[in-house]
Amino acid sequence: MEAEEVRLMKGNEAIAHAAIRYGVDGYFGYPITPQSEVLETLAELKPWETTGMVVLQAESEVAAINMVYGGAATGKAVMTSSSSPGVSLKQEGISYIAASELPALIVNVMRGGPGLGTIQPSQADYFQAVKGGGHGDYHLIVLAPATVQEMTDFVALGFDLAFKYRNPAMILADGVVGQMMEKVVLPPQRPRRTEEELRAQCPWAACGKGDRKNRNVITSLELDSARMEENNHRFQATYKLIEQNEVRYQTYYADDADYLIVAFGSVARICLKAIEEAREAGIKVGMLRPITLWPFPKTQIAELAKSVRGILTVELNAGQMVEDVRLAAPTTPVYHFGRMGGIVPNPGEVLQALKEHFPELA
Amino acid sequence: MAKVHGAVVIDGKRCKGCDLCVVACPTDVLLLQPKEVNDRGYHYAYAANPDKCIGCAACATVCPDACIEVYRVVERPA
Amino acid sequence: MTTEEIIQPQNKVYSRPRLLDERDTHYCPGCSHGVVHKIIAELLDEMGLENKTVGVAPVGCAVFAYNYIDVDWVEAAHGRAPAVATAASRLNPQNLVFTYQGDGDLAAIGTAETIHAANRGENIAMIFINNGIYGMTGGQMAPTTLLGMKTATTPYGRTAELNGYPLPISNILATLDGTCYVTRQAVHTPAAVRKTKAAIKKAFENALAKRGTSVVEVVSTCNSGWKLSPAKSNEWMVEHMFEKYPLGDLKTPSEEPKN
Repeated sequence: MEAEEVRLMKGNEAIAHAAIRYGVDGYFGYPITPQSEVLETLAELKPWETTGMVVLQAESEVAAINMVYGGAATGKAVMTSSSSPGVSLKQEGISYIAASELPALIVNVMRGGPGLGTIQPSQADYFQAVKGGGHGDYHLIVLAPATVQEMTDFVALGFDLAFKYRNPAMILADGVVGQMMEKVVLPPQRPRRTEEELRAQCPWAACGKGDRKNRNVITSLELDSARMEENNHRFQATYKLIEQNEVRYQTYYADDADYLIVAFGSVARICLKAIEEAREAGIKVGMLRPITLWPFPKTQIAELAKSVRGILTVELNAGQMVEDVRLAAPTTPVYHFGRMGGIVPNPGEVLQALKEHFPELA
Repeated sequence: MAKVHGAVVIDGKRCKGCDLCVVACPTDVLLLQPKEVNDRGYHYAYAANPDKCIGCAACATVCPDACIEVYRVVERPA
Repeated sequence: MTTEEIIQPQNKVYSRPRLLDERDTHYCPGCSHGVVHKIIAELLDEMGLENKTVGVAPVGCAVFAYNYIDVDWVEAAHGRAPAVATAASRLNPQNLVFTYQGDGDLAAIGTAETIHAANRGENIAMIFINNGIYGMTGGQMAPTTLLGMKTATTPYGRTAELNGYPLPISNILATLDGTCYVTRQAVHTPAAVRKTKAAIKKAFENALAKRGTSVVEVVSTCNSGWKLSPAKSNEWMVEHMFEKYPLGDLKTPSEEPKN
């Protein structure tokens, strides 16, 4: 069994290592830049010879997510990874997984869009990730890693939350976190669940009746409107519970801040540098970094908004998370600064944007 | 020569009156009720000529709604 | 001998399969689906597979298959059953995993999933109901609709110029290295039903023995869609469908497992 280990690696590689060490039962993927290293690393590590984990390159992202649906339906811990255009293709399956109340992990290492766009980093899939993405009323639990360590840790966190709430979770990373190399502490190897453990944990799983008297059916179909509304009420109750219990965020220099930056993923690291430069110049800027993009830390932002003069969101998009920040802080001036098309801003640009939106700082 | 006796029990409530058993029967045992219908409005099948039944189960084999039970006795000469 | 004397438990030669659910099916009178469901329910019982089977239901008329056969089921998105079955089977190799799909599901929207699951030689059985029409949505053209055949979306008959040709997908699947058994059967006569049952049994055995993918196409009727009586539909099927989709084995299995 692998012990805890310190390594230097890419975020995408860390996802693969973390998956094996978590005891994931199956990974189903399809190559797309900038996340192909996940599948490549798994293929190189051959976990089917050690933990028994199934790794399969599917014929498409559509097939891959439906394999995830099929595996999750049998109670297994299964995942897929892709990048923006591929994640668009997966939306059908994700909607079915959410509607069937199945646990699963989906990794999106975002690239610039729309369309085929670019292979460079982006955060333009924020809306798609946090508002549902596919058809129907549903939510994913969305985790936004800013470091290679978080890429590693969020595999376990994502699965734990997915199984706890029987709801799919997504790691919404950007190309920067996927591609950059950092020191990472890999957790020790956990054994995969035995059949008995799986049946005890997932009495709903369609894994063959075994000793069960009644059959298990995994379906999202309910033609009786009253019952379908009931199903929707049940989903919403789960989402409410997740919103109550699972908001995660980190604050930086927020206690005495006059201005607040809200940023997630790799951008938060750039903003932190900008904040340190601002503070050297005597401008008291702080930051809130949402770790869960859904559930969104709206209460925490509302609280901080009371004591700041204004908020700037910095995103690799045309302004998506800014809408949720405005909803959280309706009486505070909230502005957006973003770069698109795969361009990542530098700390100087962030500071400049802050000064442009808040002229008193100039 | 052995004599074969057959009988069918048709679940008239479940029958949808599709007529496939009537067509499949090699000895013309079955017919659809000409006037009477079941709760769902189907002219269900019944054994119009029960004495002809040889218990071959052709009717039950092709029945899409699994509503026919078949019994068969082979009487061998003493 | 009186009827009462004949109707005794010891004389019973045919009864409703134990694993067929008590509820009535939603299928139209005379629909082939019911017969194939019955066969599957009989086989799962006879082969002792009740507790280790996962069926994958399609989108189409058989979407509710999970209501009728008393084993575990997963309802797949339209066309994705082979992908769903791939994972269910690979992650649970001790189980029998089969898909039950119609022609639209298997041969139109799910063509990629079908061909690639078969090409990987997934150890699953695919039961393929080919009636040349979309039943559930109201009788539209299917990939297997015959030339000249009138449907809701080919009201003047299917033409090759407008809609291309009927797709004999089982013939394609038979050419793939991953399939071990591809056969085309029907359920219009008692003899045909028995042959289909033997074919599905062989497909289940292949999946359990890890011989690769088995495909049992059942050329079927859709009397509602075809606008004929069930009996006339069978006649029409024999006369027209069998010409394009002749019955028989397209590929037979070797006895040895692939790996």
